[in-house]
Order: sequence, then C-alpha cells, then structure tokens
Amino acid sequence: MKIPVVKQILEANERIADQNRAIFDEKGLLVINLMSSPGAGKTTLLEKTIDALNDTLRIGVIEGDIQSSRDAERIALKGVPAVQINTGGACHLDGNMIRDTFAEMDLDTLDLLVVENVGNLVCPAEFRLGEDFKVMILSVTEGDDKPSKYPLMFRESAVLLINKIDLLPYVDCSLAKIREEAFKINPHLTVFDVSCKTGEGLDLWTAWLKKSVEANRSAQPAK
Amino acid sequence: MHEMSIAQSLIDILREEMTRHGATVLKSVRLRIGQLSAVVPESLSFCFEVITSDTDMEGAKLLMDVIPLEATCLECHKEFHIKDYSFSCPHCSSPNIETTSGHDLSIVEMEVE
Repeated sequence: MKIPVVKQILEANERIADQNRAIFDEKGLLVINLMSSPGAGKTTLLEKTIDALNDTLRIGVIEGDIQSSRDAERIALKGVPAVQINTGGACHLDGNMIRDTFAEMDLDTLDLLVVENVGNLVCPAEFRLGEDFKVMILSVTEGDDKPSKYPLMFRESAVLLINKIDLLPYVDCSLAKIREEAFKINPHLTVFDVSCKTGEGLDLWTAWLKKSVEANRSAQPAK
Repeated sequence: MHEMSIAQSLIDILREEMTRHGATVLKSVRLRIGQLSAVVPESLSFCFEVITSDTDMEGAKLLMDVIPLEATCLECHKEFHIKDYSFSCPHCSSPNIETTSGHDLSIVEMEVE
C-alpha cells in the first residue's frame, strides 16, 4: 500500500533551529552564522571585529571545526567567551550542536553571538542553526567565478565580505564580476570589500553589525 | 559527506511512519529533491543503500524527483522558472521574488506491506 507522507527530511534540524531562535529572541540576542571556505579569513575577521566592537558590544563566539581548539583559543585571547565544537568529521554545524553549547555560555550576558561554522562553501548553507543572518566571506584568491559555482551559499547569505583585497594586484580577480554574479543569485546581498590584514573596509562592516545589534535589541528587548 | 546524515534522518522518519501504520516491509520511498538543495541524488542513493543493507529495509527502492527552481514575482505577480540561478523576474526585472519550489528536501510517499 502507498502511504502519503508530507515531511521535510531535515525537519528535526528545522525544529531545533526554531527552538534555538526562540531562545535567542527571548534574550534579545543577535546571532550570525559565519561561513566561508577554509582559509578565507573567518577567525581573523572575528578577531578584528572584536577589537573594534568589544568596548560597546558584549560578544560571544561559538567555534566549529572538525578538530582542534585553535580558533576558540585565539578568540579567548581577546577576552571574549568562546566555546569550541569539534564535529569529529561532520562538514557543517547543525542546530543540535549549537543547542548543546548553551550550558557553557551565559547567553543573558551577550548582545551578539557569532557562530563560526566549519570551513566549507557547500554544506553549512543547508543547515539552519537559529541564526538571524548568514554572513559569508569570499577571499580574492578564491576566484571571481565562485558565486555561480556555489549558488546556495550566496543565495542564503545576507552579507558577503570580499576579503584579502590587499592581494588584488597579485591575483586575477574582478570585484565587479563577483558582485555581478552574486547579485544575480541574491539581489538583496549586502557586500563589503575588506582586508583583515590592512584593516581597509572593516569600519563599514563593523558599523553595519553594530546597527544590526541595536535594531535587534529595540525589536526584541530581553525579557 | 553529509548525505549520510540526511539518509539517516530519512530512515528515522520512515521507521516512525512504518510503526504508525503497522507496516513491516518497506518497498519504496519517493522523495522531492529541490534543485537548490545541497544534496546530490546519487550520493543520497548510495548512502541509503549502505545504511539499509543487512537491515529489514534492505532492497527498498529510493525514488527521487528533482524539482526545478520556480518563483513568483512579488511585483508583477507572474510565475516563472529560475534559469541559471538568476533570482530576478524575467518579465519586469524586479529582484523581489519568492521561490515557490526547488528548495525542499522532503518525503512524498512510501510503499509498504
């Protein structure tokens, strides 16, 4: 006999992501899911962001890697609470893994929680964690043809940071081409050109982030 | 590869449904796989086979319909296929569109005894 079943396969993760989101909203906490290929500059961007905003925002970080606690250690050196998730092989974080960190972090003391996902331009885009925004980084050394090759990642993100622009003289990469391709897939994308090495462009990114935290607070004051 | 964890989630749901309906043999299951979902049908099929082998679900067929990306324009209200991952209305060029299919990953029906 045939049984009709109308169920999303990932409904378990969707349910947990919704529950995570409800907890974040209750606390007036803005959460971003930071994604990129390995080496595009997620952790360095986080370090620079913390340097710029730590005096005005209370920031917490969840680090996701297959192995190693290096990234959490780097963030902890900045005096910011950081929890490391080691997936042991899974190529992305999911809602369940995020939920399991709540006991290790006092979410009530934070304004902004950044989840640094596993370095991977494919899978993290598919798995909601309960975040407010997905923020992705593409570095100029990766090539300007990447949006059309990884459409889901570009479609799902609210923000694209094009990093390592200090290397533009040494690579064949057109910022205009990245924008053209990325806007075709996601016309609502907010794009920042930055160099975490020289600091160029970071002020616009941190201003956007600060404004987003403040807007979130006014929309959902902590109960 | 995460098709393995997706296959496992699928099998968990199938077991639950089989218990609910008092079924003992799974003959086939039909899925909708959206064009934009980060799932490769061949990999999912392989993982499904691996996980079900040597179990009571061994031999069950996994049938997959790949669903193309479609959208409705929120400005001119026309419906269209999204071609080449270009997410704006081909009629009026508006970026304000709503995807209506092609993003899902779901079970449609199962055939049991």
